Amino acid sequence: MQAIKLRNPGEKRYNPRVRTLIFCWVSLLPVIFLFGVLRVYPMFSTIRLSFYNWNLIKPVRPFVGLANYVGIFKDHLFLMAIRNTTFFALGTVLIGIVLSLALAVLLNKSSLLSSFYQVIYFLPVITPMVPVSVIFKWIYDPGYGLLNYFLSFFGVQPVGWLMYPNLALISIIVMCIWKNLGFNMVMLLVGLKNISRQYYEAAEIDGTNKWQAFRYITLPLLRPILMYVFITSTIDAFNIFTPVYVMTTGSQGAPGNAVRTLVYNIYEDGFRYFKMGYASSQAVVLLLIVLTLTLIQLKLFRDEDAGSAIQ
Amino acid sequence: MNAIAKKIPIGKIAVHLILLLGAVSMLLPFIWMLATSFKPPEEVITWPPTFIPKHPTIENYIEAFQAAPFHRFFLNSLIVSSISTISILLTSSLSGFIFAKYRFRGKNLIFLLILATSMVPFQSYMIPFYLMVNRLGWINTYQGLALPLLVMSFGIFFMRQNIITIPDELLEAARIDGCSDLKIYYSIILPLSKPALAALAIFSFKNAWADFIWPLLVANDINLYTMELGLGMFQHRFTVDYGSITAGSVISILPIITVYAIFRRHIIEGITLSGLKG
Repeated sequence: MQAIKLRNPGEKRYNPRVRTLIFCWVSLLPVIFLFGVLRVYPMFSTIRLSFYNWNLIKPVRPFVGLANYVGIFKDHLFLMAIRNTTFFALGTVLIGIVLSLALAVLLNKSSLLSSFYQVIYFLPVITPMVPVSVIFKWIYDPGYGLLNYFLSFFGVQPVGWLMYPNLALISIIVMCIWKNLGFNMVMLLVGLKNISRQYYEAAEIDGTNKWQAFRYITLPLLRPILMYVFITSTIDAFNIFTPVYVMTTGSQGAPGNAVRTLVYNIYEDGFRYFKMGYASSQAVVLLLIVLTLTLIQLKLFRDEDAGSAIQ
Repeated sequence: MNAIAKKIPIGKIAVHLILLLGAVSMLLPFIWMLATSFKPPEEVITWPPTFIPKHPTIENYIEAFQAAPFHRFFLNSLIVSSISTISILLTSSLSGFIFAKYRFRGKNLIFLLILATSMVPFQSYMIPFYLMVNRLGWINTYQGLALPLLVMSFGIFFMRQNIITIPDELLEAARIDGCSDLKIYYSIILPLSKPALAALAIFSFKNAWADFIWPLLVANDINLYTMELGLGMFQHRFTVDYGSITAGSVISILPIITVYAIFRRHIIEGITLSGLKG
């Protein structure tokens, strides 16, 4: 900012410091406005709506206090949605991370074809969820699907993978693990590449075996990025909607068959039954879950930073 | 010695076998989709299924285009994603520049508040957003579709991190030469952050393209369906006809796969650097 002292000979009317300040605010104000209108306002609006009996097609929208919250925790569909979403998140994240970590470790060893594999494993990551869901719906098809065909070699009778809510949930978990594997793998691979070879060489001299090296060198040093992948994947998983909508609802949205997840339930209550207030209180629950996860992440990162600062 | 020499290649082969198996399972669904899309209806439902169509046909593609205006979906996605990308590039680079290179009262607070909004997922405030767009009368319009995608707090953070590495001396020299702040922005900052802008462009374009839940809420008119929504609706209507459904899927991912084939290294690096998936 020393440049401010140097006056431009052509400009004498305004103090350059003031001009710069004006530039900053004039440029920032539209951005602040957009964030206010497109993010902050609807966020607080959700919380406000959750205290009202707000129905899109009814003109009277009374304040009901915490009634919506009392309601949702008695609503077995909402509770089922919470249960399913939690199960989905745990399943995709835990299995997904173990698998991607294993692949990343293997990939880290073979430098030769590493980028070739990365490009292939990344293909599902960049493919949007709708076509992926469409492909898997066909793979899971009870009559002519690829999965039942493969299983028939092992004498397994055809299974209607998407017909029963619990089985459908597991099928969607498998699909989402498949889709995100490449992303987690590449992230963890970056972390692995950053671990200095010296640690392993020193450990080898001390006579540790491969498992010990992995357990006592790789895992602790990979912890920050592992935590990052873990939390961001969990947040993503709690927002699962598209595959549920594409794979398990019919054109009329036959509600009985759907795999009920949190966002699906919000969508159905809000946009099929127009109970916007009731759906908003569920959205607030989603908000709280995600915020809790984010705060855990921030705290872990801060601890991590403090730890490395001490060293 | 002999035992060690034998052991190493076996280990390596095992590693490659596992990686190869993984790669095949990554590709298989795509191959299966492609194969089905070229099969005549009888062959789609033959048992055992074939991987290479015996009588390849483009009938499914013709049928898909007749049943749903995929060219229109493509155009809509292109328009919405372009509006989103341009807006994100503009807002992110300008405010990223200010957050990186200026100091004034309240700056850090604003920056933190903007970053904090990224913690809240869209799904949790889509209801008031819908009501707002409804009040504006923007249901079934491009501006309504693009509205939630106009800003990205991650983009601002990303641009700030990149612009901060541009040396201050460069900006000071420009100021001495009589450059205004705005001129510094477009004649120094923008050209120097081209790689970052390119990464952000790809990322935000893909993000807007893949959006599903918002178009589902705000577009009821088939002429405003985006590619994702169009495909989602299309497959609901043709639940049994997997020939044309897979053809539709191929049409919908073709643009993305093409972009990926060209920029694959940049995309992988960009996404890992940012730590964000689409």
